[in-house]
Amino acid sequence: MSTTIDVTTAERHPPAVPLSEQGPAPKRIVATFGFWLFLLSDIIIFGALFAAYAVLGGATNGGPSGIDLFDRRHVLIETGCLLASSFTCGMMIIGTEARSVAATYFWALVTFVLGLSFLWLEGSEFADMVGKGFGPSRSAFLSSFFALVGTHGLHVSVGLGWLLLMLAQVGTLGFRPMVMRRMLCFSLFWHALDIVWIGVFTIVYLGASR
Amino acid sequence: MSEPENAVAEDRAPGAHQNSRDRFRSYVIGIGLAVILTGASFAAASSNSVWGPSVPVLLAVLAIAQMGVHLVFFLHISTAPDSTNNILSLAFGIFVVGLVIFGSMIIVSNLNHNMMPMDRLLEMQR
Repeated sequence: MSTTIDVTTAERHPPAVPLSEQGPAPKRIVATFGFWLFLLSDIIIFGALFAAYAVLGGATNGGPSGIDLFDRRHVLIETGCLLASSFTCGMMIIGTEARSVAATYFWALVTFVLGLSFLWLEGSEFADMVGKGFGPSRSAFLSSFFALVGTHGLHVSVGLGWLLLMLAQVGTLGFRPMVMRRMLCFSLFWHALDIVWIGVFTIVYLGASR
Repeated sequence: MSEPENAVAEDRAPGAHQNSRDRFRSYVIGIGLAVILTGASFAAASSNSVWGPSVPVLLAVLAIAQMGVHLVFFLHISTAPDSTNNILSLAFGIFVVGLVIFGSMIIVSNLNHNMMPMDRLLEMQR
């Protein structure tokens, strides 16, 4: 069995340099792995906010609870926007790998519009709640709700700014390795935000039915 | 130690894929599964055909499944030897998140349990 492994690796990488003598990994790998570590630490921040929400979710102080405030249809549309934008972000990376400016710009634009509509829906929900007097200062439940969902929305807006920056870099610098690396990091960031949103809509919005 | 030391010449970056066709297929499968799981979550939460107390468990299972789908098909995290670093750091991240969330919940519910009821507390302060 070990001989077959030997053959395949020898075919793929003719000079068999031991792992300990290969030197540092290519920058593409190191940078992306570093960004992966950043994403995990970012998810730990969200973990802390989720913990706060889990603990304070019932502390409504006589104010409204989740069932009175959340509109499920609204959340379903938000989820659809974010999910679709995750997919179009992947299509954008495929366009980047094919070195196609047109495909990259088209899918980036679709991703941007979907992300912006998500933010707009969330913003209108927040404005509606604050307008009714149910802002973050109403109860501990609402404080933790605005902290958790607001932090996610903040991440999405930073991501949209980053996307515009990447488009400018593709336009001015072209598809050089540095730009490709940043595009890949952006797609990781965007997909990670979608994973956080799964937790948000499950725990905050759908969990409110109990 | 039958495996040669240089079996993995290069680690795989998170999100990296062999070629664009693989990547496209992975995204299409991923979005399909994600749409089904999201739809199931919303349907389970809104319908009356699921036994009430089991809904939170069902929602948790669906959410964890969807997170797995996103990790595998969108972030392209695999258990292949070339992404050991990625999967190990992911495991550590999940461990810390679990510790923070469930640790907080256990501690606070224990505090709540041991706290004197508010009316008794007010009585004592009088």
